[in-house]
Order: sequence, then C-alpha cells, then structure tokens
Amino acid sequence: MAQPKPRVRVPKKADKGEVIEIKTLISHPMESGQRKDRKTGELIPRKIINKFACVYNGNEVFSADLHPAISANPYFSFFVKVEESGEFEFTWVDDDGSVYSQVSKITVS
Amino acid sequence: MSKTLAAQTVSRRQFVITVAAGSAAAAALSLAAPSAVFATEDAKTLDEAIKHVVGDKELMDGASVITLELPQIAENGNTVPLGISIDSPMTEADHVTSVHLFAAGNPRPDVASFNFSPSNGYAEAATRMRLAKTQDIIAIAEMSDGKAYMTRAEVKVTIGGCGG
Repeated sequence: MAQPKPRVRVPKKADKGEVIEIKTLISHPMESGQRKDRKTGELIPRKIINKFACVYNGNEVFSADLHPAISANPYFSFFVKVEESGEFEFTWVDDDGSVYSQVSKITVS
Repeated sequence: MSKTLAAQTVSRRQFVITVAAGSAAAAALSLAAPSAVFATEDAKTLDEAIKHVVGDKELMDGASVITLELPQIAENGNTVPLGISIDSPMTEADHVTSVHLFAAGNPRPDVASFNFSPSNGYAEAATRMRLAKTQDIIAIAEMSDGKAYMTRAEVKVTIGGCGG
C-alpha cells in the first residue's frame, strides 16, 4: 500500500485574533475490519487512522478519536483562533502504530 | 425456449414441491431479515456506545444548541459529508470540550469524537463518514460547565457504505 500522504490547508498569513479555517486530508483506506475478501471470504483486518491531532505552538487545539465509520481518506475541517506566528503540527496515528505528521507555518501580524 | 422445455421435463408434482419449498425459504428469510436488522439497531449497542463516552451524565435536548449539517439523502453511504456547529462563545470559561458522533444504524455505532479547546474560536468541524443504511445520526456535545446536550438527524442512504 502506498504510504499515506497528508495534505493540509492553512492560510500563510492572518491577522492577530483572526479565526482561520484549517482543512486536512490524508490518503488512507480506513479498512473497517468488517469487509470480507471477495475471493477467500475471510475478514480483512481493521486498519484505520484512530487518532488525529492538531498542535499549535505546543498546545493541542483540536483532536479527534476516529472509528471505522469514518470514510476512506479521512478529511477534517475546523477553526483555530490565531494570536501569534508559529507552527501547526498535524499528526495522524495508524492502527499499526505508525504516526504520520505534517507541519505548516503561519505568519500572524 | 429451452427453459420451458426443461421445465416440462420436471413432473408437475416435483415442480409444485420445489416452488413451495422455495417460497417457504423466502418467507423464512424475510421473517429473519427484520430481526437481523434490529440486532444491529439494538438500542443497547447505541446506549453502550453513548455510555462509554459520557457515562451516566444527563443528556439535555440540544436541538437549539447543536446544528448538524447533513444531506437529507446520501446517494453514496461510503462518504457522507457531516458538519457540526455548536452555539458557544468558546471562551476559557464557557466552551465546548468535546462532541461525540454516533450512527444508530451502523454495525458499530461509534463514528468519531472531536475534542475542542477555547482556541478554536468557533465550535465547528466537518468530516465524512460511512453509513450502512438510512438511519439517525446522533451528536452529543459536552460543555466546559459539565452539561451535555444531545440531538439527532436522519439521513436517507441510497447505497450503503459497509458492504464488501
């Protein structure tokens, strides 16, 4: 399977105190663990992203606990009020323990 | 033509027996099917899922607090867009701490839990989910003052998203 590829949209600039919208997506099959292999009839083991988190300058501002009912290529959008320039770090935790992450910078004036 | 010929070679008695057995099996299936459906819709599983995240907390009617943005009809149950927004000032003193989402008719009712903080500005988030069939979506919002609100909305699903 291809390595999951995270994609994040964060504005490059914002005014102090502005509420910005962040959109994230990661390519991942989100195998629910309920599907059967059409040829062998065996259940395909569950493999999903079970946790997503967004950390802004060291503080966790948004996180999500996910279940198999989340679609493949999980997408999230949410808002953050920005007070200072800095970094957003996004992390996705896979069932197999892998962690995928992405960092975006923002300039706040 | 060959089909009718084949049918004629089967004796009338045999034919009647086969048809009767077939329809009996079909009837049994149609009787069994609803109970199987109810098994997945079992209130207990949904209750368990809710209990697991909010415990025995009293759930107040959240119809005026929580807005669920859902399509009325979802053509494809594999990706149903879902947006939630909660009426909250999102200050340190008064904000939404978390939102839990459930799909009552999925084999596993849990969908996701979102954890908010005052620095979100707006208590809004969106994602996409899978729905096995037409069913109710339930959202529970927990506030920083300890209160919890619940609301629900129905989505009609044309093609379920849990098959394989």
